[in-house]
Amino acid sequence: MTDVPVLTVEALVKHFPLGHGRAVKAVNSISFQIDRGEALALVGESGSGKTTVGRCVLRLIEPTSGAISFRGEDILAMAPEQFRQRRRHLQLVFQEPYDSLNPRMRIGRILDEPMMLAGRGAPTARFSRAHDLLDMVGLGRSFIDLYPHQLSGGEQQRVGIARAIATDPDLVVLDEPTSALDVSVRAEILDLLVDLQARLGFAYLFISHDLTAVRRVCQRVAVMYLGRIVETARTSDIFERPLHPYSRALLSSVLYPDPAREQARFLLTGEIPSPIDLPAGCPLYARCPWGRPACDLSVPPLEALLPDRHVACFRAREENGIGAC
Amino acid sequence: MSAAGSGGSADALLEVRDLEVEYPRGTGAVRVLDGVTLTISPGESVGVVGESGVGKTVLVRAILGLLDPPWRVVRGTVSYRGLNLLAQPEAALQQLRGKEIALTTHEPRKHLNPVATIGDQMARVVQAHRRASRTEARASAIELLRLVGIPDPELRLLAYPHELSGGMCQRVVIAMALAHSPKLLMGDEPTAGLDLTISLQILDLMRDLVRDFHSSLLLVSRDLGVVAHYCQRVAVMYAGQIVEVADVPTFFTGAIHPYSRRLLRAAAAATTDRRGTLSSVGSRAEQGRARCPYAPRCPLCLERCTREAPSLDPIAPAHWVRCFRHAEIAAGLQEVP
Repeated sequence: MTDVPVLTVEALVKHFPLGHGRAVKAVNSISFQIDRGEALALVGESGSGKTTVGRCVLRLIEPTSGAISFRGEDILAMAPEQFRQRRRHLQLVFQEPYDSLNPRMRIGRILDEPMMLAGRGAPTARFSRAHDLLDMVGLGRSFIDLYPHQLSGGEQQRVGIARAIATDPDLVVLDEPTSALDVSVRAEILDLLVDLQARLGFAYLFISHDLTAVRRVCQRVAVMYLGRIVETARTSDIFERPLHPYSRALLSSVLYPDPAREQARFLLTGEIPSPIDLPAGCPLYARCPWGRPACDLSVPPLEALLPDRHVACFRAREENGIGAC
Repeated sequence: MSAAGSGGSADALLEVRDLEVEYPRGTGAVRVLDGVTLTISPGESVGVVGESGVGKTVLVRAILGLLDPPWRVVRGTVSYRGLNLLAQPEAALQQLRGKEIALTTHEPRKHLNPVATIGDQMARVVQAHRRASRTEARASAIELLRLVGIPDPELRLLAYPHELSGGMCQRVVIAMALAHSPKLLMGDEPTAGLDLTISLQILDLMRDLVRDFHSSLLLVSRDLGVVAHYCQRVAVMYAGQIVEVADVPTFFTGAIHPYSRRLLRAAAAATTDRRGTLSSVGSRAEQGRARCPYAPRCPLCLERCTREAPSLDPIAPAHWVRCFRHAEIAAGLQEVP
């Protein structure tokens, strides 16, 4: 049982029909898995499909095709009531902390609700658990009677995290949990996420456009572009040496707060193509400095280039100077 | 506050002096800008940094004379090439806006009319400050779109804003801002909300254009990384005040103010795998008392800081700090936790 991954996603596809046979092809056959207690980052820019993947995993939207299993159980085949039973083990932290909290509820009630829905204990036990949760996220018990608008953005996000972990989940999906926050608060929230995972042992699916935000929290990274995973690697490996040109461009776009740090620029030209008219070949071809005409003919498969490293690029082996395995 | 002459120094392009702006709340008012003094020289790029709510956007809007009631400018001057903008009638400001001083913000779509084509809007901008026929205006629009790196500009003239991506809209707004080669380009978080790979293209573009037109740049940002790489000087704002001003190399190696240090540490923590090690102190600043506004959050707060407000003092050439303990911090006698 312990060897069963928390989450397995296989050949997931999600297309949003537009009528007249056209569709927004948001996710185009992606596969990944998250082990128990592991933190995986899904990184990509707007339009890459990362948020759609997160929504499919939580069954907030139904995938077009593919399979998703949570703790070894196929969640797409479950009846809604059966899935609701599992949902307490599968939680979500939203990007906009204020918008995700009911403005008319006091913090205590916000934290109580998921426990109540999960049928967890008597009201007094849940009340004392709400106090513990506030301690765990570094807020202190005095917050229990406050309303969301009385809290700063960082404090609101701590409440959002406390609510997500209230029912002892196995997997917490983090959808850009820090991008609405100021930079000093961002660092505190990232530290909190690391501490909570170390103490409580749940797994994360951390969805972000920002590679640096996931760096401290996640052990593994999957980089998405135009609905496909283009590179997966251990976090330290990808920061040291990104192999896919898109990962490399993402990393070289990070502006470090140090004017003396001159970075090798690896810039893409132009913009992300429309997910309605997907290119026939490599999705990055039009913007890629490594591109050759052959790249535009078929989609490169995600292949193992080095141990623990998968890359979807026809040119990656040659450009990175890696011999055949 | 130094008592330097009120006429403004001769070589400054823009000089904001002792600017105070209030917004009514209840029976009183919140002082959103509390004595801001800032100078920008011709050709210079200055970054204004601080977290949300410190007054950065209000400063930009005050410079452009865009603060309508109930906003109230209590005192201070905004001199543009020696002319006090706060004393100018609206008609005179309209002559300057878009021609001499231009603005781009993080909401490019809000600057664009959703029911007019890009071509019509750009022609109107061109014709606002210059006599030009429709054909001439169209030709200028195409040239400007090409300048900001928009492919197929002739086709884009026919597009409506909703048909363009956020990055494209931002380029269009920058093209409009550049239509009359402004002497001062202001960017209020011009790349917030854009993807990383696109925002670098936009920042490079602004930097190159400012250089080519010999303009000055006032860049407002929460991102110290942006300021480190695209500005020559930094002004840090906190609670409506400038708490530190320094050139970029000095700031990033020797910032003094505890709030500047906190921002720098947080920025470093956010871009590396090191822990933030930030103490979680209360984040709600209290205002309106005779004391340092940063005192409630400051790890080095003394009894004096809760009674008196420090002034922005020079501690080295071109380096100003608003902190009673700057000498101890600068001498390394006092660690900033």
